[in-house]
Amino acid sequence: MLVTQEQKQQPAAGAAAGKDTAVGKDTGTGAAAFEPKIVAFCCNWCSYAGADGAGTARKHYPANVKIIKVPCSGRVRPLFILRAFQKGADGVILCGCHPGDCHYMTGNYYARRRMDLLLSMLDYLGVAKDRLRVAWVSASEGARFADLMNEFTAHIASLGENVKLRDMRCRK
Amino acid sequence: MTAANVNPAEIRTPEQEADYTEQLLRLADTPVRRCIQCGRCTGACPMAKHMDLVPNRLVWELKNGRASVVLAARSPWDCLSCFACETRCPRGISPAACMEAARLMAIRPAGAPVLTAEEVAALDPEMPQQGIVAAYRKFSK
Amino acid sequence: MQKIGVFVCWCGSNIAATVDVARVVAAAREVSGVVYAADYPYMCSEQGQDLVARAVREHGLNRLVVCACSPRMHEKTFRACAERNGINPYQVEIANIREQCAWILKDKDEATAKAIVLMKAAVAKALLDEPLAPGESPVTKRALVIGGGIAGIETALDIAEAGYPVDIVEKEPSIGGKMAQLDKTFPTLDCSACILTPKMVDAAQHPNIRILSYSEVEAVRGFVGQFEVDIRRKARSVRADLCSGCGICAAKCPSRQADSEFDAGLRKRGAIYIPFAQAIPKVPVIDRTQCLKFRTGKCGVCSVVCPNHCIDYEQKDEILTERYGVIVLATGFELLDLKRFGELGWGRSKDVITSLQLERLTNAGGPTEGRLVCPSTGREPKRVVLVSCVGSRDTTDRGKTYCSKICCMYNAKHAMYIREKYPDTDVTVFYIDVRTPGKGFDEFQRRAVEEYGVHYIRGLVGKVDVHRDGTLHLTAGDLNSGRQIEMEPDLIVLAAAVTPSPDARRIAGLVTASIDNDGFYVEAHPKLRPVESPTAGIFLSGMCQGPKDIPETVAQAGAAAVKAIGLLAKDKLLANPCTARCDEQRCSGCEICVQVCPYGAITAEDKTVVTLEGVRETRPVAVVNEALCQGCGACSAACPSGAMDLKGFTNREILAEVDALCW
Repeated sequence: MLVTQEQKQQPAAGAAAGKDTAVGKDTGTGAAAFEPKIVAFCCNWCSYAGADGAGTARKHYPANVKIIKVPCSGRVRPLFILRAFQKGADGVILCGCHPGDCHYMTGNYYARRRMDLLLSMLDYLGVAKDRLRVAWVSASEGARFADLMNEFTAHIASLGENVKLRDMRCRK
Repeated sequence: MTAANVNPAEIRTPEQEADYTEQLLRLADTPVRRCIQCGRCTGACPMAKHMDLVPNRLVWELKNGRASVVLAARSPWDCLSCFACETRCPRGISPAACMEAARLMAIRPAGAPVLTAEEVAALDPEMPQQGIVAAYRKFSK
Repeated sequence: MQKIGVFVCWCGSNIAATVDVARVVAAAREVSGVVYAADYPYMCSEQGQDLVARAVREHGLNRLVVCACSPRMHEKTFRACAERNGINPYQVEIANIREQCAWILKDKDEATAKAIVLMKAAVAKALLDEPLAPGESPVTKRALVIGGGIAGIETALDIAEAGYPVDIVEKEPSIGGKMAQLDKTFPTLDCSACILTPKMVDAAQHPNIRILSYSEVEAVRGFVGQFEVDIRRKARSVRADLCSGCGICAAKCPSRQADSEFDAGLRKRGAIYIPFAQAIPKVPVIDRTQCLKFRTGKCGVCSVVCPNHCIDYEQKDEILTERYGVIVLATGFELLDLKRFGELGWGRSKDVITSLQLERLTNAGGPTEGRLVCPSTGREPKRVVLVSCVGSRDTTDRGKTYCSKICCMYNAKHAMYIREKYPDTDVTVFYIDVRTPGKGFDEFQRRAVEEYGVHYIRGLVGKVDVHRDGTLHLTAGDLNSGRQIEMEPDLIVLAAAVTPSPDARRIAGLVTASIDNDGFYVEAHPKLRPVESPTAGIFLSGMCQGPKDIPETVAQAGAAAVKAIGLLAKDKLLANPCTARCDEQRCSGCEICVQVCPYGAITAEDKTVVTLEGVRETRPVAVVNEALCQGCGACSAACPSGAMDLKGFTNREILAEVDALCW
């Protein structure tokens, strides 16, 4: 009951204002300045190095993307991603090694299958499938990493704020 | 024949130069900055011997913002639009598009094409499409 | 009680110019668990590490969070620093505020805000960090070198000299690689064979080196210190133990269909052949796709003429399984296939050749015994054109984006020795830039122009016409004069781009080495670890890592050998302590983890456990062999009951990071 009420209020309160005050951030002049929160799980061997490459090459990508280093894309439990959505992430991207290049031989294949299942479950949970992305970025693809993050952030921004998975009972 | 409607002699200030270069670049829509001046375009061009500004130099001048040089050149009117330069370019640039841009700059302000839509329709249907386009543009001065 | 110290590095102006370091420090002081926070211009410097040491002493810190560059850069530094100061090295967390923050952002407020969030996530993880102790694993004191070119030979010799046994696996029938095909080497113009063949002999005679020619690596298991490798020894159809290398079989072989690989297709070879006179081992091999005996069953000339009865048509491939402590990749290079460069006459005229073919044409051991001729007519060319950058510096799909590095110098070399041997022959080099960084390189190229009268024309060939009578006509850009020029050369030599060996990708998959988009192996760090692969125990030697000339290849081969020796010299390796761990109480014994583990590190064993309900029972639970576990975490993600966890990246730690990042 509480959940539905909150949900009803959400659009009225205005996505930007409601969220940004909670964050304690200055809303600024543009009310439409929605800053999505994006969590990127990056494999230590390829995409984390790719992210470093993006930095070293001074390729710009939005500050919205925050990276969590994992030893392998196969380490990522669906729970981690659901938790991110629950805690207010608007998008989650899982980056692993290209198929065939996994440092641990098969980790990215497991990740791919696991994420496939999670994607079909996200719909059921009411989170747009688009908010979760699985991508392959190698250690040498710094520019690609930056492009991918720019594109993904823009895409998530166009989807707007993710409200569905907020755990309303825990909200103060 | 030089570009009549934009008199290159009138391009005097750096601002005008920059403005015309930008227009040319926008019309050409090809990544001239990638050029490494290898000269393969000039080597491949069947008309290069007759040109005053060979393809690689045209790209070079455009890249360095000298629209006046490009617009004063005769080469765009020598260009056959055969696209040999584009095919051979190792950097994915189309010098032919730059030539086309220079022609368009010259033609554009002159207004309506001489060939009307009916006349184009009356052209030989067997004629390659590129020929029709070229006819459209070249005779539209 | 966790006492965390946060250390924010300026990295000179690298971080401090975009991130307000003072604000990060102030924010850190507000985070619970943090008892000390400070900033310093270079935290990795001795002074910076002293500052950490002092803070640990004065504030009794037991965990460190360093906000600095990527952990790939200095995690080791700070872990060592922590250890010296009595903190477990695995209770150090790095917040990457340089690569992920300062370098990708321009706005200072935005960058500072992100830096603070990254710092908080690192603190959240540090709060949960447990002390970890690495286990030990033994080292097999034997090295494997994949590739027997100059890079592989040099690496093998260096390792062997240090006293460790080395195996060289070479896929061709002989070691020697591309360098054996060359005539002369720049910038000294000394004979390639004269400097390479003694090395080949050294390798063959060295008591510590075993050469496995005509062999390929088929499977690699294990990890640093204890790789287990399956090597396929392809059937030579000739008994190497009996063969004297007399070569009668090759001379009498009636099949003359196959192009000689060694002579770059300029000569035909028999189905049974020795690749070249100085081959090591000098044992022929039967190419079964060509051999009449294998194709039709009727022939057997070689077995009749062989004085030692070495021919064995029944020989089969053998699999040799061997253990190694380290693996050095030296898979070398190939030339780009020029089939898409038809406009330059490739494939349309015999007189359009690659630089490697020119090497064979000028080599005394080559098909013409060193006489430079046009392949079509057999006459000496009067005008030779060398074209640079064919497929190099090419961003389209038919070429390679990188500079092949060696072509400018070998073009000068070729031009010089053509002019030297045939002063009447005119040589023209078409080029975009002449790139000659190297000792004595520019002087060498200038000598070609000034002393040997080689024409250098800035511009590339755009088109080559092949006339009906076989003569060539080319048009090219002459950029310095701003016009097009025409020529009618007798011989056109294309400097094709170098590409990694096609096998590099397959081998990368076997040893899990990283590879870049062009197929070259990726080094662990482009500046600080240039001869190591990110995968522990895998080293890189020569062209397989990127284009390089012979001196550089030899230097890198030596460097790779030193790194390999450093590892082999150890009796024990410290294993990564970030391994899987099973909570036996929760484990249901479903064995899903056993199936997903790529290393076979998990087994199900019967154990007596006290269940969560307090019942003592004996049932199968997962047991992790820490010596085998590599810490990928596949088991921990697959475990349905949450019993499996990964030390150093525990579920709780990652969830804490997620929470910190999402506020």
